[in-house]
Amino acid sequence: MKYKSQNVAKLYFIAAIGLFIGQILFGVTMGLQYVWGDFLFPALPFNVARMVHTNLLIVWLLFGFMGSAYYLVPEESERELYAPWLAKLMFWIFLIAGAATIVGYLLLSYSDLAKLTMNDLLPTMGREFLEQPTITKLGIVVVALAFLFNIGMTILTGRKTVVTLVLLTGLTGLAVFFLFSFYNPDNLFLDKYFWWWVVHLWVEGVWELIMASILAFVLIKITGVDREMVEKWLYIIIAMTLITGLVGTGHHFFWIGSPDYWQWLGSVFSALEPIPFFMMTLFAFNVVNKRRREHPNKAATLWALGTAVMAFLGAGVWGFLHTLAPVNFYTHGTQITAAHGHMAFYGAYVMVVLTMISYSMPIMRGRTANNEKSQTLEMWSFWLMTVSMVFITLFLTGAGILQVYLQRFSDSPLPFMVTQEKIALFYWLRELAGLVFLIGLLLYVYSFFAKGREVGEIKAVPEAA
Amino acid sequence: MRETFTKGMARNIYYGGAVFFFLLLVGLTVDTVISSPKRDNSENITEQVAAGKRLWEMNDCIGCHSLLGEGAYFAPELGNVYTRFGKSTDAIKGFIKSRPANGIPGRRSMPQFNFTDEELEALAQFLKYADGIKTARNWPPNIQG
Repeated sequence: MKYKSQNVAKLYFIAAIGLFIGQILFGVTMGLQYVWGDFLFPALPFNVARMVHTNLLIVWLLFGFMGSAYYLVPEESERELYAPWLAKLMFWIFLIAGAATIVGYLLLSYSDLAKLTMNDLLPTMGREFLEQPTITKLGIVVVALAFLFNIGMTILTGRKTVVTLVLLTGLTGLAVFFLFSFYNPDNLFLDKYFWWWVVHLWVEGVWELIMASILAFVLIKITGVDREMVEKWLYIIIAMTLITGLVGTGHHFFWIGSPDYWQWLGSVFSALEPIPFFMMTLFAFNVVNKRRREHPNKAATLWALGTAVMAFLGAGVWGFLHTLAPVNFYTHGTQITAAHGHMAFYGAYVMVVLTMISYSMPIMRGRTANNEKSQTLEMWSFWLMTVSMVFITLFLTGAGILQVYLQRFSDSPLPFMVTQEKIALFYWLRELAGLVFLIGLLLYVYSFFAKGREVGEIKAVPEAA
Repeated sequence: MRETFTKGMARNIYYGGAVFFFLLLVGLTVDTVISSPKRDNSENITEQVAAGKRLWEMNDCIGCHSLLGEGAYFAPELGNVYTRFGKSTDAIKGFIKSRPANGIPGRRSMPQFNFTDEELEALAQFLKYADGIKTARNWPPNIQG
């Protein structure tokens, strides 16, 4: 580790992994509720479990992004963090606010939580993924601004690289677009339209910038390739992200009461959204093939390549599957959406954070890479989680195709609940795959503590004869 | 990538592309918002409807249901529930009111929210208003949502 203040990332990563475990525990609970309808009812209704599942995901990914930024920015900028104390302070504020919010979801009824937090003063609650009480949202803004200030000052007063500038653009976008979460008009159409300015412009816009820059950083470190080449790729990937993804927002506007032109614009531009993900895959493999050093951290290399592949499959392929308006007419709001959501979030954002953790955690713990046993276990956890996520996605896709047929496509459409009972087999299989994912995650955590034979240092790749 | 394609060119595509397409999105958004009253049923947003939307939010209905296809997929689509229930707000109110507090053994069940009559009416009016939004191709595809 080059700079002492990078170490603050460790806190963020530990919190991220802890919340990740919580997210998956609620995930397997909800999976069971899909087939065992009154499991834990009425103590833990499905909507509460879901809110905890998705909110924990968002919060732990934010912890992961922040930790990644705190680790990579000093190294790229070649200076200590502008204010390490602020990074630590914000960590505790964010963790306590996040934990208090989750406890609020679990101990109070949601409407009581809304009353307690005076939602009436500025009603922002009760919209998907933005369920946090208004006061929590304000807290997120404060934390995001303090974080941005700290990272921004470090970048602007140090060496500026393409990696940090792209990261800074992505993080600024993250903070700016979150402000739309405070706009909640009575008009349902406008509410939905601008809700997507948070949700889409985050996950299909600025988060991709953050992801690409983190991946680029890790690849530079692991492979030792020429920075010039990485930077060129990085620019062109994020250019394609924004060129396709901004107007691609239109694929969410098809059925909420928008003008008809969105059917065309949304279809055409979002059909191009897989391109930047495909380029990311080419980029990652290209760079690893042209590596100039053999890094002893094999696990981090696996995660980096895995991210590129799984993001393309989950976000790119499974996104394209249902993004054309004539197809989406039938699939909108079915298990097809759920299938895509699971693999896209895992492949792009979960995996990129785990890539960064895999690369940086050993260094923060005083070694170039983890011991052999630890790496082997980590790679097993990679395969268990990744393969089970592929199966979760396939089973949900199977459920979704049947749902679309039975409920929407056939000549005698069945009611929602009748359809749900008919496709229960797929939900059982999804639950099994979910349990395997949980096992993979527990193995992942265990791998941090495994003892074994130490690995060597970084070696240069001999010139080809 | 070839040497003829420089980093400077890549950077210009990024800045140029991002600015151009963001402005395009903003322009389209302006047009969408201006023309929105033609489709969004806003003439029927009464105080009661607004109160219904607040109740919809304060009870996290979106955590199980979808509304115009967005939300969770655990419970039925409600963007057309008014039509599905025979264009009767009484049927909607009756359904919400009659949910058993301890659920239905082995099955998914909506919680009992203990709404007052006034609240039930507001929620039903909100769902009726949502049903009135003119969606493209009259989505959802059929009455089952």
